[in-house]
Amino acid sequence: MDKAAIIGVGMTAVEANKATDTFADMAWEAVNKALEDAGMTLNDIDNIVTTSNDFWDGRTISCMAVSDASGARSKNVSCVEGDGAFGAFYGLTRVLSGSYGTTLVTAHSKGSESISSLITNAAFDPIYDRALGMDIITACALQANAYMSRTGTTAEQLARVSVKNHGNACQNPLAQLPMTLTVNDVLDSEMIADPLHKLDCSPVSDACCAVIIANEERAAGCREAPVWIKGAAFCSDAFFLGDRDLSRAPALTQAAKKAFDMAGIERPADDIDVVELYDAFTYQELMWLEAMGFCEDAQAGKKLENGEFDRNGTLPVNPSGGLLSGHPVIAAGLIRMAEIVKQLRGDAGACQIAGARRGVAHGANGLCGQSHCVWVLEK
Amino acid sequence: MGKKRVAIVGTGQTYHKSHRPDVNGQELINEAVQRALTDAELTIGDIDAIVIGNMDHFEGINYVDCWSVDGSGGTMKPIIKLTTGGTTGSTLAIGGYHMVASGMFEKVLIIGWEKNSESDTTGAITTAFDPIWDRLVFAGAISGLAAEAQAYMAKYGATEIDGARVSVRDRKHACNNPHAQLRKEVTIEEVLESPMLADPIHLLDVCPRTDGACAVIMASEDVAETITGTPDWIWATANRHKYTYLGDVNWGELDSIAEASREIYAKVGIREPRKEIDVIELYQPYSFAGIIWIEDLGIVPRGKGAEYIHSGATDMGGELPVNPSGGVIACNPIGATGLIRCAEAALQVMGKAGDRQVPDVNLAISTGFGGCMWTDILLHGKEKPDF
Repeated sequence: MDKAAIIGVGMTAVEANKATDTFADMAWEAVNKALEDAGMTLNDIDNIVTTSNDFWDGRTISCMAVSDASGARSKNVSCVEGDGAFGAFYGLTRVLSGSYGTTLVTAHSKGSESISSLITNAAFDPIYDRALGMDIITACALQANAYMSRTGTTAEQLARVSVKNHGNACQNPLAQLPMTLTVNDVLDSEMIADPLHKLDCSPVSDACCAVIIANEERAAGCREAPVWIKGAAFCSDAFFLGDRDLSRAPALTQAAKKAFDMAGIERPADDIDVVELYDAFTYQELMWLEAMGFCEDAQAGKKLENGEFDRNGTLPVNPSGGLLSGHPVIAAGLIRMAEIVKQLRGDAGACQIAGARRGVAHGANGLCGQSHCVWVLEK
Repeated sequence: MGKKRVAIVGTGQTYHKSHRPDVNGQELINEAVQRALTDAELTIGDIDAIVIGNMDHFEGINYVDCWSVDGSGGTMKPIIKLTTGGTTGSTLAIGGYHMVASGMFEKVLIIGWEKNSESDTTGAITTAFDPIWDRLVFAGAISGLAAEAQAYMAKYGATEIDGARVSVRDRKHACNNPHAQLRKEVTIEEVLESPMLADPIHLLDVCPRTDGACAVIMASEDVAETITGTPDWIWATANRHKYTYLGDVNWGELDSIAEASREIYAKVGIREPRKEIDVIELYQPYSFAGIIWIEDLGIVPRGKGAEYIHSGATDMGGELPVNPSGGVIACNPIGATGLIRCAEAALQVMGKAGDRQVPDVNLAISTGFGGCMWTDILLHGKEKPDF
């Protein structure tokens, strides 16, 4: 892969309801923050990739609502539908193809204007599955049970993820749910879909994130030190839940292996300093860590209890607070990337992991983590 | 790795019909995929990544990239969804180009599809527009097209007969294309006598709704010539999605196709498109666009489109045939429509277009149209580009 870097990031605050902001308002805020971060104006942006989803936005051609605000008017532009980490991947290919020196990537969501259970029910097959009434929470509860049953991971260990990530969010001024919790607080919270308590689940959120990707030449002139893209890959599992071993994530394993191979990483737990991953539910953090090879199968819960994934642990995971502390669905993966960029620059403020040089960001699409995108970023 | 030249090495289209109750969406997708793989003499195991798209609200299926893997072959492969409305199919082709050109994937399968029979097309399209400013005024597909035609007619004195002549051309061409949904010649009189849908657009001036899918396989220069002796090289891509609000549009001229085509001409050094381009597959959803947009493309001067159409220059055997396939007026599975233009241009360059083949095609243009008067363009060439 030719050299490419992330040279600017901009995020709105993640909030439960940005009642006074349209999609375009959120995009405009994030885009301007990213441009300022890169020391650029829109004139320096060669092309644009927006990321959105017609179901979540309640609009056909949902990219239309943000293209002006993303500066697309007289430029080449495209739209990825799915998680923002996938949008960034397409943005990267448009730089590596030699067509453009810089790509501005945006991703937005307003969960406050959406009905999650209906929208995620529409992701099930209309003939075979949908009438069962499943949604993302009930589907992920199935996966949580399958994972816990196979690995012996306990409800207390899941709760510990929530305690850690909400605690980390207390240091992140953009997080929606900074909270100091105990394991019992999580276990005592309302049971949403067994074994997932309310505090095992990510909230409904509004936010937008913008990231600027540049080739080597254009990265040279930016304001902050470039964060280099060392590896990026994505992969999808089978669709029907019955066709998958829900307790495992082979697509994530494959995507991570490819990204790590590109980056020359042989021992991810030793070679990576910080991870921001897609923890839409507590169990996912543990499951994704194992699938990416950050620890042995079925060992993530124990390592978590040992504090290894804490901010001062051997492998800090979601120091920003993760999705449990704010989950703007389509923007979520792109925010993970932006958080890693901040960590590697030393710009993460009170969330900063000392000496972070190489990080992994992760995004996911579909039901129960069907499709995954993994990025390796380096100072 | 590093930047690679990119070629189309195989294409596949389904049997297109207004209603395909014999297949579900995954099966429809698979029909196109199998045909493209057969055409390229590849198997799904050879494919490194998949780019897929449609318009979500037509089928009501969320996360189509994930849902479709049984049809696309995407299980345990990278699959990504691009969606930009009517331009989706051409957006997918441009996406496949960048994925291969990036050097990260050698062979990419591109799939556009739509089962319009399952949709309320106008209802879904209406929600594309701003809920406060545009949606209640004249949102939907045909109203914007009628506004464009009216503005052009007022400006240049074009008539309904001029539009009808374009429809006569495309519907005649479609008779040569086994993949076209509507294969029946019409006369100018029949077009003018067909029901008025949105003045000046009659029923026979406008595209139908279709169930169908199209798949295209792109490969890098490292392998393209080993897969096929006649690769269709992608010389350049460009697009403009410049309007968000209907009220901002420069009605009567299509700025997006004008700007995108000038970007492409400048990239490859085209000075006289009328002479240098051999065939155009134009995403032309209604007849009047066949007059207006060839002016915006710089094929003929402003106001001269109708004269050029009536001369027969864009008919088969003419100076610059447009839509040998019969175009969108004869077949319109929306998420696939732009990709079908790309596939048809590829067939022309590869010399595989059968009864609709234009002789000696060296350079071809395919376009996509949609959104709020948006355009995507690909330039296809027989020779491997030397840039």
